[in-house]
Amino acid sequence: MLETGVILFVSFGYMGLLFAIAHYGDKRADAGRSIISNPYIYALSLAVYCTAWTFYGSVGLAVRSGLGFLTIYIGPTLMALLGWWIWQKIIRISKIHRITSIADFIASRYGKSTTLGGIVTIIAVIGIIPYIALQLKAISTGFFLINQYPEISVSFHFSEIPILGDTAFYIALLLAIFAILFGTRHLDATERHEGLVAAIAFESIVKLAATLTVGIFVTYFIHNGFGDLFQKAAEYADVKNSLSGDSGSVSSVIFDKYLLIKGQGNSFTDWSIYLLISMMAIIFLPRQFQVAVVENVNEEHLNKAIWLFPLYLLAINIFVLPVAFSGLLRFPDGSIDADTFVLTLPMVEHQQLIALFVYLGGMSAATGMVIVETIALSTMICNDLVMPVLLRLPIEALGLRRDYSGLLLTIRRGSIILVLLLGYAYFRTIGEFYALVSIGLMSFALVAQFAPAMLGGIFWKGGTRTGAICGLLAGFAVWVYTLFLPSLVQAGIISQDFVTQGPFSIVLLKPFQLFGLQHFNRISHSVFWSLLANIGFYIGVSIFSRPRAIDHTQAALFVDVFRYSGKTGESHFWRGTANLPDLKSLLIRFLGKRRTDAALADYAEERKLSWNYLVTADADLVSYAERLLAGAIGSASARVMVASVVKEESLGIEEVLNILDETRQVIAYSRELENATAELKKANRRLQDLDRLKDEFISTVTHELRTPLTSVRSLAEILHTNPGIDGDQHKSFTGIIIKESERLTRLINQVLDYEKIESAQMDWVITSADIKEIIQDAVASTRQLVEDKNITIDYELKDHPPPISGDRDRLVQVMVNLISNAVKFCGADRGKINIRLTTSDKQVRVDVQDNGIGIKPEDQIKIFEKFQQVKDPARGRPYGTGIGLTISKRIIDFHHGKIWVNSKPGIGSTFSFSLPITLEAALTR
Amino acid sequence: MTPKDRKNKRLVGLFLLGCVLFNYPLLSLFNLKTMVFGVPLLFFYVFTGWTLLILLAAIATKTRSRPPSKPADKTRP
Repeated sequence: MLETGVILFVSFGYMGLLFAIAHYGDKRADAGRSIISNPYIYALSLAVYCTAWTFYGSVGLAVRSGLGFLTIYIGPTLMALLGWWIWQKIIRISKIHRITSIADFIASRYGKSTTLGGIVTIIAVIGIIPYIALQLKAISTGFFLINQYPEISVSFHFSEIPILGDTAFYIALLLAIFAILFGTRHLDATERHEGLVAAIAFESIVKLAATLTVGIFVTYFIHNGFGDLFQKAAEYADVKNSLSGDSGSVSSVIFDKYLLIKGQGNSFTDWSIYLLISMMAIIFLPRQFQVAVVENVNEEHLNKAIWLFPLYLLAINIFVLPVAFSGLLRFPDGSIDADTFVLTLPMVEHQQLIALFVYLGGMSAATGMVIVETIALSTMICNDLVMPVLLRLPIEALGLRRDYSGLLLTIRRGSIILVLLLGYAYFRTIGEFYALVSIGLMSFALVAQFAPAMLGGIFWKGGTRTGAICGLLAGFAVWVYTLFLPSLVQAGIISQDFVTQGPFSIVLLKPFQLFGLQHFNRISHSVFWSLLANIGFYIGVSIFSRPRAIDHTQAALFVDVFRYSGKTGESHFWRGTANLPDLKSLLIRFLGKRRTDAALADYAEERKLSWNYLVTADADLVSYAERLLAGAIGSASARVMVASVVKEESLGIEEVLNILDETRQVIAYSRELENATAELKKANRRLQDLDRLKDEFISTVTHELRTPLTSVRSLAEILHTNPGIDGDQHKSFTGIIIKESERLTRLINQVLDYEKIESAQMDWVITSADIKEIIQDAVASTRQLVEDKNITIDYELKDHPPPISGDRDRLVQVMVNLISNAVKFCGADRGKINIRLTTSDKQVRVDVQDNGIGIKPEDQIKIFEKFQQVKDPARGRPYGTGIGLTISKRIIDFHHGKIWVNSKPGIGSTFSFSLPITLEAALTR
Repeated sequence: MTPKDRKNKRLVGLFLLGCVLFNYPLLSLFNLKTMVFGVPLLFFYVFTGWTLLILLAAIATKTRSRPPSKPADKTRP
């Protein structure tokens, strides 16, 4: 069944199926009914991570270094857990800035630097070409092996196969066509390639199914499950040991070799470093960036992918060790390369169908990687390498063409073919000498160099362009020295002495033990030194270099992407305006007329604009155009192009300062607002207090009114019902009634006075008055009150005080208030009131001293305020309305005098007021 | 704290857990010549830990999509 014709038919049939799926996917996308917009397809497309290296190479790696192969898949599992933290941020940034590749991302972050974009592209190409070569090698090997069926070819050399007779060559060509057809349909690379993703997801299913099939076949059909297999492996090791006379304990050898982390090249350090680089790889490999970020339909898909993708990785690895052991048992002489166990085991068991399926699985793993990787690289080469150079050419050379979209597509298609041919050439010349694993790990080590610039770029605003360039170049240089040059040694291009003795026999510079560092395997050794150099230079140079204005801008936009997530993007930072026709023709040149019109129409509709009235494009539109272009030709090139039609340059330091100033003003405004709010709150609280006091006042007044009213009424009732009441009692009753009525009148007068003063309707009768007379009048009118409580009053009145001018009756009222107040708080019988009158040139002063209960210091100011009564919890509700002092204060205030109190609780209080002597001027004012 | 933040914190916690589980020195505790359930201890440990981590991640991300009511919990006895 496994004749060459059948195998070829199946191979090319499979490719045809891929084309069909991709075509269907694209058609559905065009019709607006996406088949890839769900988390399952997203997770499956992420599984493009598993290449032929996984499919064939995991078993090889397991045989060489035991369980260490798992790190390559546990690392991505850990990173996936950080998906919401890192991936989502990268996705959001890329969507906003229309970033289409990792080179574009780094260039855009560090001030849209073309240099940086170029460096990243070159590094990526150098790192990925061998990786592509590895896939082509896997396809070729697979075909070669299965084509030999039923023989298992022991050794073969690719150099003996003519290129035109090598299936891998034709497959490579087909892959190029596929990538061109489904990867470069449009120019705007942000438009996702739905057909492509659909095909990749399908390939992921095929390779997983193939791995599981061969795994189950080997574990449960050739052997009896995991336990049986491990048992046999242990027994086999024993036999081998006893034959060779080695006295190792039971299964000790197999443990040491495969099942423990032990020995040279497989230490815990190596384990941790492999974890680290695979964590980096899952984000920064160009193909992962393509499927995870660029092809992402909806950020929410991450939610399921976070655990679905690791589950996929787990599933594809579960049978690796059983297959490895089974292969070791079946081919004990080591004649068969462990990388091919997956395919040779079913072949040696004559399971042709399974073998064919495994061959297809290997092909799906390889082709999926090659397709995505070449598309990602071609975007980078076109946007970050070729375009910047083209745009630097003299304007006339470019100006002749009206439409560049064709040119751009040609460049992209050309670079796809170039990348594939380079990969194929690498495989034919150097790749043969290397196991799959070493090539893959070398790529990983190089891709990890993007980590400082990328992660630093999205979490640290301090990273600068110079820092990123220095870091990348330093890391790359160390990688070249510690991994790439030695690989040339293996291929025989450089003398062996370079590795064994060090360059120029300097032992310290030996590429695998740089500066004498030992106990690391080659990969971890290189990763350690290159990342150390990279991070060191990145941070060190960033700290000591001076960022430009645009660096600041981009840093803020990237690091705080969730804060600036609005649609306006960076319009704040582009102050330029452009002639609309110029801008439009620029867009048409790169995007084509149809897409330009559509994009501008979207813009207009979103902002309700009409193009008819627009001649100049404002900053907002300019940056919209720049983002559109960035999708097509990369952010750095887009900036150059837009700058050529924009009137003003980008922001200088002054404008940035202006923006800062505006921000400061906004902050100041908001602070003012806060202050105003605080004042309002305070006023409101004061109003509420007053409201409460007024309520209390009303209840006090009504209470005060009710007490005399009640006694008047009850006495009047007694008199009414008992006409025969005797004379004395009758007289006493009517006396009380009269007194209480007077009290009522007084109260009502007080309230009325108060009301008048408050509403400024009081009629003041200003005359010349003698203060001594006023005091005497007041004392006379309170005599009854004083005598009732048996209180003594002393005077110290100066004779012939200077006359004052004022309202005599009101001033009497003040005195009466003060005296009755004093009486109120003096104890009966032992109370003493002392009234003093003193004069000076400018004023007269009256003190009313009592020996009553006194007033607490904190209450001394309050008592003159509206509705305030001093409350004493022990004595309950105080006597009186509490407005007497308020009225007094108002009256004294009117006379431009002062009223105050000195008091000590328990000893007594002195109420004093002073009045100016010359009042005419003030009062007539 | 929004449900999204909470989810994020849980996942970061799982990440840290994973880092501890799959690195020295915890790893060295299982680096023994012992078989459990017919498979080598380290092999068993790594795959169990891995499965557990995926399971927890699935649980952690699941509650987010239906935040307040948890119908899935109610059906449990």
